[in-house]
Amino acid sequence: MELKLYGAALSPCTSRVMTCLHEKEADFELVPVDLFAGEHKQLPFLAKNPFGQIPVLEDGDLSLFESRAISAYVAEKFKQTGDDLIRHQSFKEAAEVKVWMEVESQHYHPAISPIIFQFFASPLQGKAPDQAIIDDNTEKLGKVLDVYEDKLSRTKYLAGDFYSLADLFHLSFTYYFMKTPCAHLINDRPHVKAWWEDISSRPAFQKVASAMNFGEKGNL
Amino acid sequence: MTIKLYGITMSTCTAKVLACLHEHGAEFELVPVNLQNGEHKQPAFLAKNPFGQIPALEDGHLTLFESRAISAYVAEKFKGSGCDLLRSQNPKEAAVVKTWMEVESQQFSPAISPIFYQSIIVPILYGGTPNQTIIDESSVKLGKVLDVYEKKLNSSKYLAGDFYSLADLHHLTYIYYLMKTPYGKLINERPRVKAWWEDISSRPAFKKVAAGLTLGDKN
Repeated sequence: MELKLYGAALSPCTSRVMTCLHEKEADFELVPVDLFAGEHKQLPFLAKNPFGQIPVLEDGDLSLFESRAISAYVAEKFKQTGDDLIRHQSFKEAAEVKVWMEVESQHYHPAISPIIFQFFASPLQGKAPDQAIIDDNTEKLGKVLDVYEDKLSRTKYLAGDFYSLADLFHLSFTYYFMKTPCAHLINDRPHVKAWWEDISSRPAFQKVASAMNFGEKGNL
Repeated sequence: MTIKLYGITMSTCTAKVLACLHEHGAEFELVPVNLQNGEHKQPAFLAKNPFGQIPALEDGHLTLFESRAISAYVAEKFKGSGCDLLRSQNPKEAAVVKTWMEVESQQFSPAISPIFYQSIIVPILYGGTPNQTIIDESSVKLGKVLDVYEKKLNSSKYLAGDFYSLADLHHLTYIYYLMKTPYGKLINERPRVKAWWEDISSRPAFKKVAAGLTLGDKN
């Protein structure tokens, strides 16, 4: 039975999972969820994710939500295919990957996500981006990226000299971030910039990036 | 070589790892970090965690930070009969545990941590006045998350199923402190959440840790 991913191609969280599925060459069906009609806040979707958010993955009778948990499940299930994103054969490397996955979750995401929201979601609500929120979070993100710049001067990727789920988790939100006036936070840091160019050029992500066109003319 | 955990007993994040170590009966040494002197922001500690936060864990040549990554490492390393907090023997259960660990991380923690910060950290560590607007807004968010928990705990004894897991453990330390504030009512008003809290907080491994969660106690 094929995997079913409920979500939207332009959503960064759905894209996170799709990138992982492509890395693992896993067959899946993307089942669109109509966000503008509020489908994710109603039954039957709420029975799949009681928090009313995309994406959701169904694998037979297993139903999962939270994009990072879904991606980790996919990386585990298909660990023999493609690159080993979770480094399952090395206890030490696997632990480092877990650390930098949590760094994305606890440090990177809380700073970058409000910036994305202000530039992409606020206009939908008829509001101008709130510069105070943007400034506050670019300062926080800058400090996080300073740590990344130092780390990436010593290892090619975040958890070591190997691409892992920790790097992948950064792709979709950073992709949208690079379309904002704040992209210089990445570009001003040479090791971070090189890392970004490397990970965003991976074929698995390129397949997904082309559909990430939220906010572009004619798309809403 | 013994595992070394750098942190302090009253810290929510250090205590999260302590609870996990105790659940597994793992031997370790707790190495205090002097937060008041800013030890966590100085080079020796920054070499362990470049984000300058406790806890950090050293296991031989491996140095880890981020409490949730550390506890997952401990659960993996020390899994054995009777203690499988990640349900590693069952891929389906393991996946559901991961889901509810992410729920704690992405839904629960961002809602509860401002309440903890305003009602405990601000007055006790900084002698400041809690920002009631932040507390009220966060209480509304936390209430909505706990409504989902109330419904989930109607169909399973614990969050990921009828088994205690790391997903439940990760909630312990923030809720423990919440219950010392008036906002503990958010837990008490929901019968299944309350029963779940009473169950998980009565586990011997957590009782050892709770004794150290002394922020705000009169002394």
